[in-house]
Amino acid sequence: MDYRSPLAKVRGLGSAKSGTSHWWMQRVTAVVLIPLSYWLITFLSLSFHAPYQHIIAWLIVPLNTVCIIAWMLAAFYHAALGLQVVIEDYVADEGVKIIAVWTVNISFFMLVLVALVAVFRILLIG
Amino acid sequence: MAEFALPKNSQLIVGKNYKAPLGTSNSRQFEVYRWDPVSGQNPRIDSYELDMDSCGPMVLDAILKIKNDIDSTLTFRRSCREGVCGSCAMMVNGKNTLACTKAIDSYSGTIKIFPLPHMQVVKDLVADMTHFYAQYASIQPWIATQTPAPADRERLQSKEDREKLDGLYECVLCACCSTSCPSYWWNSERYLGPAVLLQAYRWLVDSRDENTGARLDELEDPFKLYRCHTIMNCTDTCPKGLNPAKAIAETKKLLVQRKLG
Repeated sequence: MDYRSPLAKVRGLGSAKSGTSHWWMQRVTAVVLIPLSYWLITFLSLSFHAPYQHIIAWLIVPLNTVCIIAWMLAAFYHAALGLQVVIEDYVADEGVKIIAVWTVNISFFMLVLVALVAVFRILLIG
Repeated sequence: MAEFALPKNSQLIVGKNYKAPLGTSNSRQFEVYRWDPVSGQNPRIDSYELDMDSCGPMVLDAILKIKNDIDSTLTFRRSCREGVCGSCAMMVNGKNTLACTKAIDSYSGTIKIFPLPHMQVVKDLVADMTHFYAQYASIQPWIATQTPAPADRERLQSKEDREKLDGLYECVLCACCSTSCPSYWWNSERYLGPAVLLQAYRWLVDSRDENTGARLDELEDPFKLYRCHTIMNCTDTCPKGLNPAKAIAETKKLLVQRKLG
């Protein structure tokens, strides 16, 4: 039998005093990804048709290097933020929830590292 | 985990069928959710054929006719029968509404009447509102001030500031919006839901209130506020024509403004 009052249950542990940055960054990265994804389409189209050396020469132009890194950072950050919300929505168990959220966060962090290393490897070593 | 299917003891069975009286030329069929906690049986759908020539125009009139003329055990809440008390909120043909302000003629064919979705059912069409009301109480829906009220008059408010409360003060707390929100279904323990968040915003924009910062502090939480994913079922279903989704969006704007503005 649970004798806690309905108000005590609603108040629970109180407000986390956070969440605005998470929500805001999801919007900011979404907006940033609109122009960057147009750039990505150009890049992918090139990748399918041009020879390898040509693509590297294109990527090594500073603007293109910045764009591919910016796209990867924004996309992976956006995906991590979004997946966290999905997990919080549907996973009720606190233990499973925290493990799932941090698995997602660490996975995307590692993906960003792998992607950065790959870009610089391609540009420096060829 | 979110629940996507009804548990076994909640699965619906076919109930009784009450035919219209002989010689009825203008009949209409109503299917009504029935559940009696004492019986220990699964909920059932009873169907009633009503003579519309002797029935009032609203869905609530049909429910009252069933209770008065056919089956007095049908249990539901109603009071004002004019959309200001919020008691007769229920799901009619898949959409939450106030039975008293919804015309039978606005539907075609059989009318299906269920209690508010994803709420504990007390009996038949009566949902347990305890948690919903506690959530309302938790936002402290009353004016909070440090400055004493003027000795000779009420606290004044300009016409422009008063207009900011239009579209908010009309809310009758029927819970149609909150119980139509999938985010509220999955996380109502922590998510306040559209109705309570609209009420919270009503106090955030009240020019006489002096507690805006503390109110925002209380709302800034991944679950209390940010479970709103702009699904918009709340605005779509509101029987008073209000826009809880906009009130929530304005609250989020205030929080961003406080952080970045």
